[in-house]
Amino acid sequence: MISAVVIGRKKGTIPQPIRYGNMSATAIDSRPLPDARTPKVVDQHIIEIVSDSGEGAQTCGQMFGAICARSGHGVWTVEIIPAEIEPPSRSREGASGNRIRLGSKAVTNAGDHADLVVAFNEQVLYSRIDVDALRSGTLVFLDGTWAEHPMEEIRRSYAEAVRDFQTRGYVVIEVPIEQQCRKHTDEPRRGKNIWVLGMLCAIYDLEMDRVRGEVTRRFSKRSAALVEKNLALLEDGYQWALRNVEHRFHIPGRPATTPMVVMNGNQALGLGIMAAGMEVCSMYPITPATSASHFLASVFDRVGGFVHQAEDEIAAIGFAIGASYAGKTAATITSGPGLALKTEFLGLAVMAEVPLVVIVVQRGGPSTGLPTKIEQGDLLAALYGSPGDSPKIVIAPATIEECFHFMITARKLAEEFRGPVIVLTDANLATGQQPFPRPQLRESWLAAPPDQSEWDPNTPPFAWDLETGLSRRPIPGQRGGEYVLTGLAHDEASHVAYESRINQRAMEMRSRKLSVFRSSLKPPKVHGDAEGDLLVVGWGSTLGAIEEAVDRLRTEGHRVSCLHLRFLSPLEPGLKEIFARFRKVITVEINYSDEPGVPCVTPESRRYAQLAQVLRAYTLVDVDCWSRVPGSPIPPGMIQDALRRRLGSLGTEE
Amino acid sequence: MFELNDDWDLEPKSRVCLLEDYAGSEVRWCPGCGDHAVLSAVQRLARDKQLAPEKTVVVSGIGCSSRFPHYMSTYGFHGLHGRALPVACGIRSRRPDLDIFVVTGDGDCCAIGTAHWIHAIRYNMDLTILLLDNNIYGLTKNQTSPTTPFGWRSQTHPRGSFFASLNPIAVTLGIQNASFVAQTIDWCPPHLYATIRAAHEHKGASFVRIFQRCPHFTEDVFAQAREDPGRVLLMTHAQGIPLDAAVLKMFPNRAGHDPSNLAEARELACREDVCTIGLFYRNPGGSRYDEVTAQGLGKTPGEKLAAIEMALDGFMV
Repeated sequence: MISAVVIGRKKGTIPQPIRYGNMSATAIDSRPLPDARTPKVVDQHIIEIVSDSGEGAQTCGQMFGAICARSGHGVWTVEIIPAEIEPPSRSREGASGNRIRLGSKAVTNAGDHADLVVAFNEQVLYSRIDVDALRSGTLVFLDGTWAEHPMEEIRRSYAEAVRDFQTRGYVVIEVPIEQQCRKHTDEPRRGKNIWVLGMLCAIYDLEMDRVRGEVTRRFSKRSAALVEKNLALLEDGYQWALRNVEHRFHIPGRPATTPMVVMNGNQALGLGIMAAGMEVCSMYPITPATSASHFLASVFDRVGGFVHQAEDEIAAIGFAIGASYAGKTAATITSGPGLALKTEFLGLAVMAEVPLVVIVVQRGGPSTGLPTKIEQGDLLAALYGSPGDSPKIVIAPATIEECFHFMITARKLAEEFRGPVIVLTDANLATGQQPFPRPQLRESWLAAPPDQSEWDPNTPPFAWDLETGLSRRPIPGQRGGEYVLTGLAHDEASHVAYESRINQRAMEMRSRKLSVFRSSLKPPKVHGDAEGDLLVVGWGSTLGAIEEAVDRLRTEGHRVSCLHLRFLSPLEPGLKEIFARFRKVITVEINYSDEPGVPCVTPESRRYAQLAQVLRAYTLVDVDCWSRVPGSPIPPGMIQDALRRRLGSLGTEE
Repeated sequence: MFELNDDWDLEPKSRVCLLEDYAGSEVRWCPGCGDHAVLSAVQRLARDKQLAPEKTVVVSGIGCSSRFPHYMSTYGFHGLHGRALPVACGIRSRRPDLDIFVVTGDGDCCAIGTAHWIHAIRYNMDLTILLLDNNIYGLTKNQTSPTTPFGWRSQTHPRGSFFASLNPIAVTLGIQNASFVAQTIDWCPPHLYATIRAAHEHKGASFVRIFQRCPHFTEDVFAQAREDPGRVLLMTHAQGIPLDAAVLKMFPNRAGHDPSNLAEARELACREDVCTIGLFYRNPGGSRYDEVTAQGLGKTPGEKLAAIEMALDGFMV
């Protein structure tokens, strides 16, 4: 028998799980749909799908996110990634999947607690509970197959977990996912994800033709039989949910009026590299940067480019520098540990003024740290991580769309200012997916072919303009421009400098370029009022979460504003003036800082978050910071709470 | 009347480069250093082959020998210690039109740059790689290098080196896709020149180890072989390094070695009783990475934009 009755939470009682029969498969029946099928209209929802690694929750989440984006919803997706390829099944550490935040308007971050979670077993759900991803009232769709597992231990563990979930206040809905899948496949573990996709499409009232098209597209490359099998699974999940699930939602979509694309930040980087006309991207495999190279390697040859997988991180940047020196500006892509290894070559690119784009997709550090997790811990390494004085441009995209466009900016800056440009993204941008307007490509974005015209032999290879430090570089093949690039201190002719005076001037010239670039930048825009009690400063992927937190506080009546920096070296101008109009300035970052008041930490010894350190040094403003290193994106609610506490203490300080 | 060969050209050459056209900054190596001989050989080769200075790049790492590019008037890249090869590979990747020489030393190539050496041989990009091996760190003043003989005293091993010296030829011959491996000596300029010339003519990564003493720290390291030509084993073969009569006369101790015979090459490379010179191995058929990396060089902006639009189509909402 099938019971579609939802047992609501009564005061003082623990809600019973909603169980559909005895977890045996049900045939699609012809009974009329229940009345409860009219969906509830909501303006946003956070959905998570978690499974053992290899069960395809990520594929399900990606497809669901993409379909929702196509339906005109605002979407932000985050991958839930285990550290191993095939970790033990039914383990918390092995949880794999996606969080998808849907909204009727643009969604800029992953949000706070999940409204609905689909878990393929109870253990992977615990991994989400451990990171505080759920709240009381979260709808938990749990594969009920474990209740009838042959092993008593598993049955017991499952039953205990279900009881525990109820005491935590989740609305547990046990679903015969595996049994339903068995009707269509001998390997239900490999079919659950598409069945669940069908179920979610029913719950979220999605247009099924679009979904069928997506499933067909996804599997048609493999075989027609696979398409058929997956369409059957999809249909079964959809029909099953229509008949059995009372919870249904409708999020009004707003179909875009302009063409939109949806992708993750690493794909955006890859497309940006191509759109910038760069033709060489060299790398060594490192999480979470590598997927950019995977994507690029699959399409780069179509624009005549190639991905060089080097023997190590050092060789990867060396190769890119060689390619840049002899032709077009090249890119190298890495993450924190790789940036550390590239440091010496970065110094050479600064010293010898070789244009180069270095993309750093940050992860948790130090050392191997948290390879698949989110952190903004490489800012200071990017700014200062080279022996001696090595001024370089450092920029940080804040959205997936910016990941694309900043590649074009980075190449142009590298060439204009003749040196390396570091682009800092992070694991949040790398794996998050978001729709944005399809870029309108321009031929002017593409790099020009290397200049092979004759070079005036009277112009030295470092003919620094004494005002700006700028100079043009000769490229091998240019007759009359022959010079020996060197990492040694050198004069205008690139001759090894033995006089101290020359070293002083060369340092000035390289540094001057940053000042010149800074003078061309505009002061950042303040989100919110131009003056108030608290100004929040952020950089990188935290933009959406910070703005959402600030907007909520403003709704509460607080005088809070925020600004987000994209240019970190040189820093955007006008900061001191902007800061002066607020009683307090605070950075919100995903890197480590000492909390005030913890043992042994005095106001003098407190170690600040990385951007806060830079801002304090440059502006002489007593910039505060609030930072955390949870390995996951910081939810807006957590930022909101932290800022509210700071606002509270602001009142008592004076 | 007389007949002309098809490739004869009666037009006077509009541009002739003389030896001095390849000379760069004032040479600052010590008198008696073996590097001078290699520089002369490379400059001579450039003159004989009329390499255009603007189309020639000399890439080096750090060390005495790595000052080499400064003494040429071509393009040069004097980069980081141990890292000449990745840079050279990057240069080659999109520039099939350049002549690229890599000058490296025994510390640069066989210690700090070992990973790149192994992999550059695998990549087999068209590079002429010259290992100027003086068995010691000279620029940093007398420290043991990987090729320093066992028991040799240096500043870091004042009671003698603990290690059997590394054999770069044996190592290189052990790397899959090695395509040109030769050894020569600085005290026989004709053999030195002929070897570098053959290396330059080979399409692929040609690896030449050159024995050359440091006048300060390893003055006597090759003394036995220098003083007794009988301690030198000269490899000869029709497919080997072309040699004139004078060189043949100089080294009576010879081995007719077919450079396509890898097993014999490995055997010869491991002989410790003699100093073996000539071409150990050549494989003109090895796959070349630079042929892959240079693909697509001619794409037009229109083709590129169309390809990017196509890639964007895959992400359309």
